[in-house]
Amino acid sequence: MLLAVFRAPYIDYHALAPEIVLTSTIIVILLVDLLIAREDQKVLVTNLAGIGVLASLVPILTLAVDGTDRSMFGGAYVVDNFSLLLKALFFVVGYVVLLMSTRYIEEGDYYEGEFAFLVLSSLLGMVVMSSARDLISIFVALELLSLPAYMLAGWRKRDLRSNEAALKYYLLGVLSSAVMLYGMSLIFGVTGTTVLPEIAGKLAGAETAPVVTVGIFFIIVGFAFKVSAVPFHFWAPDTYEGAPTPVTAFLSVASKTGGFVALFQLVFIAFPGQSAVWGPLFWVLAALSMTVGNLIALRQTNIVRMLAYSSIAQAGYIMVPFAVAGANARALDTAKTASIVYLLIYAAMNLGAFAVVIAVARKTRSGEISSYGGLMSYAPGLCVLMTFFVFSLAGIPPLGGWFAKFYIFLAVLRAGTPSAVVLGVITAVNSVIALFYYAGIAREMWMSPAPDGDVSPIRIPAPLAAALGICAVSVVAIGVYPQVFARLGDLASLAR
Amino acid sequence: MNYESWALTAAVFLPMAGALVLMLWPKESEIGIKSVALLVTLLTAGVGVYLLVQFDYGASDKLQFVVNRPWIDVINSRYHVGIDGISLPLLALSMLISALCVIYSWDHFPEPRNPKAFLILLLVLETGMNGTFVSQDLILFFVFFELVLLPMYFMIGVWGGENRQYASIKFFLFTLFGSALMILGFLALYFKAGQTFDIPELINNGSAIARGTQLLIFGGLFMGFAIKVPMFPFHTWLPDAHTEAPTVGSVILAAILLKLGTYGFIRIALPILPEAAHAWAPWIGLLSVIGIIYGALGCLAQTDLKRLIAFSSVAHMGFVMLGISTLTSYGINAAVFGMVAHGLITGMLFFLAGSIHERFHTRELSRLGGLLVQAPKLGWILGFCAMASLGLPGLAGFWGEFPAILSAYNPAHGLSLPMFRTFMVIASIGTVLAAGYLLWMFQRTAFGTPKEEFANAHIHDVHGPEWLAWAPMLALIVALGVAPGLLFNVTDSAVQSVSAALAAVAH
Repeated sequence: MLLAVFRAPYIDYHALAPEIVLTSTIIVILLVDLLIAREDQKVLVTNLAGIGVLASLVPILTLAVDGTDRSMFGGAYVVDNFSLLLKALFFVVGYVVLLMSTRYIEEGDYYEGEFAFLVLSSLLGMVVMSSARDLISIFVALELLSLPAYMLAGWRKRDLRSNEAALKYYLLGVLSSAVMLYGMSLIFGVTGTTVLPEIAGKLAGAETAPVVTVGIFFIIVGFAFKVSAVPFHFWAPDTYEGAPTPVTAFLSVASKTGGFVALFQLVFIAFPGQSAVWGPLFWVLAALSMTVGNLIALRQTNIVRMLAYSSIAQAGYIMVPFAVAGANARALDTAKTASIVYLLIYAAMNLGAFAVVIAVARKTRSGEISSYGGLMSYAPGLCVLMTFFVFSLAGIPPLGGWFAKFYIFLAVLRAGTPSAVVLGVITAVNSVIALFYYAGIAREMWMSPAPDGDVSPIRIPAPLAAALGICAVSVVAIGVYPQVFARLGDLASLAR
Repeated sequence: MNYESWALTAAVFLPMAGALVLMLWPKESEIGIKSVALLVTLLTAGVGVYLLVQFDYGASDKLQFVVNRPWIDVINSRYHVGIDGISLPLLALSMLISALCVIYSWDHFPEPRNPKAFLILLLVLETGMNGTFVSQDLILFFVFFELVLLPMYFMIGVWGGENRQYASIKFFLFTLFGSALMILGFLALYFKAGQTFDIPELINNGSAIARGTQLLIFGGLFMGFAIKVPMFPFHTWLPDAHTEAPTVGSVILAAILLKLGTYGFIRIALPILPEAAHAWAPWIGLLSVIGIIYGALGCLAQTDLKRLIAFSSVAHMGFVMLGISTLTSYGINAAVFGMVAHGLITGMLFFLAGSIHERFHTRELSRLGGLLVQAPKLGWILGFCAMASLGLPGLAGFWGEFPAILSAYNPAHGLSLPMFRTFMVIASIGTVLAAGYLLWMFQRTAFGTPKEEFANAHIHDVHGPEWLAWAPMLALIVALGVAPGLLFNVTDSAVQSVSAALAAVAH
């Protein structure tokens, strides 16, 4: 009887093709890793993983060319421009991280096969997240992207700081999941559905019940941990410093973007009418993250910690459009585009900065900013690239970051409310504060002599050079001709 | 008439292309690097000559050589470039100075040398400067306006004097703070005046903005431009940056970068927001005259030759801003002339300060002296430039300073007459002080006998590259001084259209 009632859900294999290719790759590399006996051949696994990620981009392209929005599982899983764009972003970021880690993991004598496996698993979580339009899918995607990341953070298992990094990340991650899940349960209790657009439908029109307010509050706070917004940021600097640098790059770009993608879908698809609840909340989170992140970054002497605080501040910038989106319909559109444009550009510049950190550490074996002295004299290419990346993060034209910041200001002024303008001014002041520490790195590289007088050149392995090239070209291209990326962001903001 | 032409695009991007070529050039072939840089700047200057010849002087109030193509559609920002009678002289000045800087640096590379990086930065700077003067779109303007920051930051920070790191970051932070507020102002204009960043369109739409909003937006633009000028009290970055920068850096800062601020006022702030300009004018005038007196007094207190010249820039830019604050075509014409004249004269003074420092390894006025004995040509050129700087009639400086003062006698309709006449009187006192500090400076460095420590030193007089770099500037200082019409005739009708936009709203 039951069998008769059950109908297999409709599955659109074309829409799921990227996920299928990625999952197959994960299985293949697990097997290959098992079959390869010799440790010095493990690099093959990473190469296979890279090829798999690139192969996953192919169905993304065919889907983009096809262009129709596809919906499955009662609207819980949607493939539209928004999700395609972000999936493409995640694949490219994943590929760049693999490039960055190829030699790093090998030379550090870490387990290389499992490393690639975990990166891809986490990547799968992010890809699923881009399509998840349902509370449960979002939660599953979040756990899928987080759990491998906890392990990756502790990859240097003989290093105490790496252990600490993993443990802190894990405990706070689980805590935030619990908080978020509680919020989701409240929303489900009120609306009786887990599908985002239906939640929006149920909540529309009526006065926002206190329990809904509490639910939204908990969900956002849960994700605030994930994206390391102040005051929920305490795990980030320790985790970033302790984890292997490629993992840190992965966490600070991919994992953070995953969190923002979830926030984007929840806020703009499930709770568009409740801006009175999330608007002020994001306002406070954004203002605090920018200001605290930047002020603490000023005091850092370790480049990874500095980049950690800088990425906290960057998360603050990304939340600015969320804070002002509720003002009116046009502000909402601009805010959506602004946040996506920022995420795209942030990925390129932050990954680039980490790639340089990895390259320099190959020679100096140090993360201190003072070890960057004299880079101009012995590695001018790296020095110029790092200059590009940090000043792009600072938002100086004609490097990509300026357009990201600019779009945020556009969203702020399109909202035009006094509170939005105040937030805009806070953002402007923060850009100036941030410049100080970004320029500090440039000063060290360009104006200080090499700390120990050692001016032998840095040898950069080919994969790392490729990673640097991808990031640098993106940063400059976006800065000079932002139209392409803005158009992508515009398309993606049409998510429903 | 069809003015479309790609000459401006070439003028802007040739230097950038040159910088890219230099990046790939092997570091070892120094002579090749210098030749490429020289060739590129000369080619760019050649485009400038083409522009000067082809420019339709009868229609200098119209934008010429226009290119207007889509750039960033999503925000309706376009690649819109064009020049009129206000931009043309400044663009030409920027091209000239850049080429001369390459010539001057031929054998004057400051420590730690590295001509490759130095010249790449110089070329990137030129792209930024040229681009700013031709942009007719606010976002394009903003990008070029900011593009000059990075190369100048590194130029000061790497090749500068002892205190270079402090000076470079101060320069950067000040300017960035201003431009962050400026971009907010630009965006507010976009939303309040027809969702466009196109400057000519905004000039049409801008006066419709409500008065209160205009005042606020003008405030944002004011911060951006006034810091760049720099006006009192935002000038404190200037003495440090100018003093610590390498010679070529100081020359470019003084000759061109400061003009980006005043140019912004004339091109953007005044015509788009005429009502706010009237409201702000008295304050701008007040800050200008404070700047004039403060700069002059600052000069009198200096013991360092270069720092003295740096402070004199504060005073001279005060005159330019005073001319602008009258909102009359007379005053704005004087301001544009003042910008060009200051560029030539103070640029020359910084060249001279650099050459003196190179010969004596000091810029302390108390240790210098007797330049006329040891290097008479250098001494006389210094004297000539000091005279030009203090506004001696017959030299270019006069036509920037004197009409600016005079314009304050009769400011635009609606501005307080007694107030501006007071400004006029104070500014005239400033010229007396200027004569004081410049003559004092000249006397201390050039007259008398050389100090004991340098008595037996062999001091080179002006040599080849210096002559090549300086002669065009000296000639222009004389030419513009004798025949100011050369410049006034170019700027006047463009300035008239600015002041017409301003007069349209006068009460």
